[in-house]
Amino acid sequence: MNAPLLSVEGLRLAFGGVVAIDGLTFAVGEAEIVSVIGPNGAGKTSAFNCVTGFYRPTAGSVRLRGRDITGLRPSAVAALGVARTFQNLRLFGEMSVLDNVRAGTHLRIRQNVLDALLHTPRYRRSERESTEQAHHWLDFAGLRGDRYGPARALPYGEQRRVEIARALARRPDLLLLDEPAAGLNHTEKAEMLDLIRRIREQGVAIVLIEHDMGLVMDVSQRVVVLNFGREIADGPPDEVRRDPQVVEAYLGRDADEAEIEQARASVAGGRDGGA
Amino acid sequence: MTGPGGGAPPAEATSEAAPAPGGGRRGAGPRSIASRLMENRWAGLAGLAVALLAPFVNASPYALSVMTSAAIFVMLAAGLNIVVGYCGLLDLGYIAFFAVGAYTSGVLSTRLGLPLVATLPAVLVVTVIAGLVIGAPTLRLRSDYLAIVTLGFGEIIRVTATNLDVTGGPSGIYGIPGLTEGPVSFYYLTVLVVAVAVIGAARLGRSRLGRAWRFVREDEDAAEAMGVHTYKVKMAAYVVGAIWGGLAGVLFAAHLSAVSPGSFTFLQSALVLMAVVLGGMGSIRGVVVGAVIVSLLPELLRDLADYRYVAFGVLLIIVMLVRPQGLWPARPKEVAK
Ligand SMILES: Nc1ncnc2c1ncn2[C@@H]1O[C@H](COP(=O)(O)OP(=O)(O)OP(=O)(O)O)[C@@H](O)[C@H]1O
Ligand SMILES: [Mg+2]
Repeated sequence: MNAPLLSVEGLRLAFGGVVAIDGLTFAVGEAEIVSVIGPNGAGKTSAFNCVTGFYRPTAGSVRLRGRDITGLRPSAVAALGVARTFQNLRLFGEMSVLDNVRAGTHLRIRQNVLDALLHTPRYRRSERESTEQAHHWLDFAGLRGDRYGPARALPYGEQRRVEIARALARRPDLLLLDEPAAGLNHTEKAEMLDLIRRIREQGVAIVLIEHDMGLVMDVSQRVVVLNFGREIADGPPDEVRRDPQVVEAYLGRDADEAEIEQARASVAGGRDGGA
Repeated sequence: MTGPGGGAPPAEATSEAAPAPGGGRRGAGPRSIASRLMENRWAGLAGLAVALLAPFVNASPYALSVMTSAAIFVMLAAGLNIVVGYCGLLDLGYIAFFAVGAYTSGVLSTRLGLPLVATLPAVLVVTVIAGLVIGAPTLRLRSDYLAIVTLGFGEIIRVTATNLDVTGGPSGIYGIPGLTEGPVSFYYLTVLVVAVAVIGAARLGRSRLGRAWRFVREDEDAAEAMGVHTYKVKMAAYVVGAIWGGLAGVLFAAHLSAVSPGSFTFLQSALVLMAVVLGGMGSIRGVVVGAVIVSLLPELLRDLADYRYVAFGVLLIIVMLVRPQGLWPARPKEVAK
């Protein structure tokens, strides 16, 4: 009856012979923060792409408040209240920072071609609304740089904020963040942690992909662990942290490229790792 | 003619509307803002003034004809700029819509004895259908395929017109009625229509739809993730571009009172594209300037006789080497008010 905000069931995704996701099941409640962790290539981003409509899963279903959204196009998923960021920043580089965030208001403002051609009051009102919203979410995300210049001119950390502001301007119920703290320095990471908390306070549920374990353990209500496309754990951070499979696959080692490769190699040795 | 194509200010940007805790926003200083606004407004008005005053300088039939053609060419470039400049869809057969508009009005007016104005509704319907028919399958393709398919479409339209009886075959249609009495009034009518078309294109560029076009150009996936139905948005660009091209075609038919397949070759598509690239893709002011140059320069180089297109080509190559972003590129910088 009371369906969770997001529920992913038996998700499977294969690219020809490569199985990127092999049976993933998890749910996200309203205003909950769930982290998805796992070594490089575990299938985390692929899972995001399945949820947001960029990939069509080979099997399994994605439901939003009980409604099956599997196979909808990304813009339709977005229209239902799901927003995301990308692992490799995907800003509209040549457009102004404000225009980038106005993208989030695209579905909210009401304006047709005639309004735009004739500059009707409705055009002016909707443009004003879009601009106000864009400023509001840039303030919320704590952007310090120039909002009127092109997005590509901002420093990397600021671009991350713009991307999140853009997603927030969509006013989502569910926000998927793909490694939002990657490439940020220590201070910026702390600010990102704070931002993620403040987003949740707005009543937005968050699914977070993140390699920084400190951040993950700090902010999440639940953690889902993927390894080679398989779900090896799902539970509160403390439990997951102690899970022997997880320890072997991922934790207890630095989130360092070489170490993860090592972890991956050891796991490949002989595990059947069911979910 | 009222503003830059890219990143123009919204009617009212609201710096006072949202509180700016901590940091605030740095933008252009007030002085440069004012001067930039002036610059924009003056640029459009100056262009229009030049067009309106030109017949007082030289009103010979030849000069009027060249200027009318140039104005029509500006409208074509403004239309293609929506497709290529705003939305980033490479269309190599844009002249097809020009042909569809010219032939539709020409055939209907000569066969049914209608005044040209009465053919406008039919022209709109036919160009929109042409835009939908060619856009529906091709806009799902990757953009490099799109270029090839549109190139083919342009040729198909021309070859079809050459082979049909109703379009007059290779010799085309003659005796198309004019829209006004005399070349001077027709020139002014053309300038008026083209000015409205250019302002309309600029306004669309600054609207919700225009932003969506640029989102698609910049990053289709990110646009989809924000709820922009990229296929519909591309289709809208295509259809609006088709309408601009089709209406320019009506002016063309009225101007020459004859239409024949030779006016709609790939070279024409390439020249319109050249005007857009030369002026600065996505920049309305730039595109207008580019179109005027591309249409007038061969006339000014007339003394070079057979070599004028060579000289024209060399000049264009030099400009593109020195200024690859175009003569007057769109500024991503937004004006804060
Ligand atoms: N479009 C695609 N085509 C083919 N294979 C793909 C595609 N996208 C992902 N894969 C493969 O699926 C697997 C999972 O990739 P994915 O990007 O989801 O991993 P990830 O967990 O996000 O890794 P990372 O931490 O490095 O971002 C990888 O083996 C990858 O090569
Ligand atoms: Mg990833």
